[in-house]
Amino acid sequence: MSKEVELAEIHAGFPSPAEDFMDVALDLNKELVRNPSSTFFARVKGVSMIDDGVGDGDMLIIDKSVEPTDGCLAVCFVDGEFTLKRYRNMGDYALLMPANKDFKPIRVDADNQFAIWGVVRYLVKKV
Amino acid sequence: MAFVGLCDCNNFFVSCERVFRPDLEHKPVMVLSNNDGCIVARSNEVKALGIKMGTPLYQVRDLVKRHNISVFSSNYQLYGDMSARVMNILRQTAPGIEVYSIDEAFLNLEEMPVGKLQPFARELSARIRREVGIPVSIGISPTKTLAKIASKLCKQYPALKGGCLMYRTQDVEKVLARFPVGDVWGIGRRSRAKLEMLGVASALDFYNMKSAQVYNMFTVTGLRTWKELHGEPCIGFEDVQPDRQTVCISRSFAKEMTTVEELDAAISTFTGKVAEKLRKAHLCAEQMSVFILTNRFREDAPQNYQMKTTLFEVATDDTLEMSERAAQCLRQIFRPGYAYKKAGVLCTRLVPKRGVQASMLDTLDRNKRASLMDTIDAINKLEGNYTVRLASQGEMDQFSARAMTSRRFTTRWDEIMEVKI
Repeated sequence: MSKEVELAEIHAGFPSPAEDFMDVALDLNKELVRNPSSTFFARVKGVSMIDDGVGDGDMLIIDKSVEPTDGCLAVCFVDGEFTLKRYRNMGDYALLMPANKDFKPIRVDADNQFAIWGVVRYLVKKV
Repeated sequence: MAFVGLCDCNNFFVSCERVFRPDLEHKPVMVLSNNDGCIVARSNEVKALGIKMGTPLYQVRDLVKRHNISVFSSNYQLYGDMSARVMNILRQTAPGIEVYSIDEAFLNLEEMPVGKLQPFARELSARIRREVGIPVSIGISPTKTLAKIASKLCKQYPALKGGCLMYRTQDVEKVLARFPVGDVWGIGRRSRAKLEMLGVASALDFYNMKSAQVYNMFTVTGLRTWKELHGEPCIGFEDVQPDRQTVCISRSFAKEMTTVEELDAAISTFTGKVAEKLRKAHLCAEQMSVFILTNRFREDAPQNYQMKTTLFEVATDDTLEMSERAAQCLRQIFRPGYAYKKAGVLCTRLVPKRGVQASMLDTLDRNKRASLMDTIDAINKLEGNYTVRLASQGEMDQFSARAMTSRRFTTRWDEIMEVKI
């Protein structure tokens, strides 16, 4: 930042009319990562969420500080494996809903090793 | 009464690995030192097997197999980033913090009312566990030494839920009675041996000594610890960060090196790293040593240990100047016919950068070079380590063997988590 100031002073010609209106450039990091300490990135492999727009190779921006709500898109840990599904709270049990008619919902209850690892805040797709 | 907190990450390196491997929760896990030599972090399950810190891996191979222990090479990129996340949350929550090590920080809680401290500690502990995934133990007491003990209590008693406030005299005494004096912060191995001869085994025995006797035996440092145990703060908020006396980078190699060219690359890399460390700390070195040694565990091979020390006319932090000198040193000590296992660069006689004495005979334009170094550091910070480096410099990682390293989940795009769906 100090470099810019120096430049403006050295070039003694006509000052830029924009100088007094300088704004901070848009920063995607600030927009997509609200809480850097709790945000993690992950790459998707598979097609079980394709109807929700989540395709193979897409990148997930996961925030562990976000409280999971019914219906949220969440990275879950079930019986030794990570998966990405819509989380439905059914009271005594939970359903992990796929978005692809070839896949069935996963039912989890007290007998399963289950945790919501983090809530997906954004999806980054290369087009 | 003013309070101070200590936040300590539980089995930190192991916990970092478990964040990305939740299946290893409640299972035995350990992390090895650089080069996979010794054990530097153990999960509670591994501790329960009686495996000690620092044990060489080969001594416990059987146990690893029998108990199906998950073993990881150290992944310092990951641990460093996870540590920064924890520290950030502490910074956001506590009025003041002092980072003490990669997995510990003191919290300045002077202004917090006593009634709020216990819930504060528990909530903070729960928040770090939820948001970063790392379990921590937060001890709160009137002094740093007691806070350390309080944080250890959290580890023994899960019912404390990661937060322990300890300040009433009767509570403190009860805890100290069961706390080994050798585990008290500030009591070194030598002091412990002396104390044991006196029959002082628990922290309470030490606490019950007369202050004059403590002073006579352990001077003012020992007395400070004694007073801290009595709840009288003697270690302030910046006292614990002594001026750096030395900066050293050394590594054991995965494969032994026999040629001067191979060693050149290593020494150049280490020198670059040392110079960077000096610049970060705003220090310059008047003296630098380069050392190389053979594998002392190999009885079949000839042994050699060499060190060359050099002085700088003007104290320096300049990568180019230091690398050139380091290469000269190396050539003076290198002997063909030996297989070198380890090398290092050590800077001593450090002076603050601003206090560097200029020399009439100086051949370097130091201002120009300083701005070159600043630029290199700035680019490397922005674009990643080693983006700009000397042609002779390699990457630190290339010299160590780390066969069981997890991914650098948070610092490399091509190593982020993968979620199969």
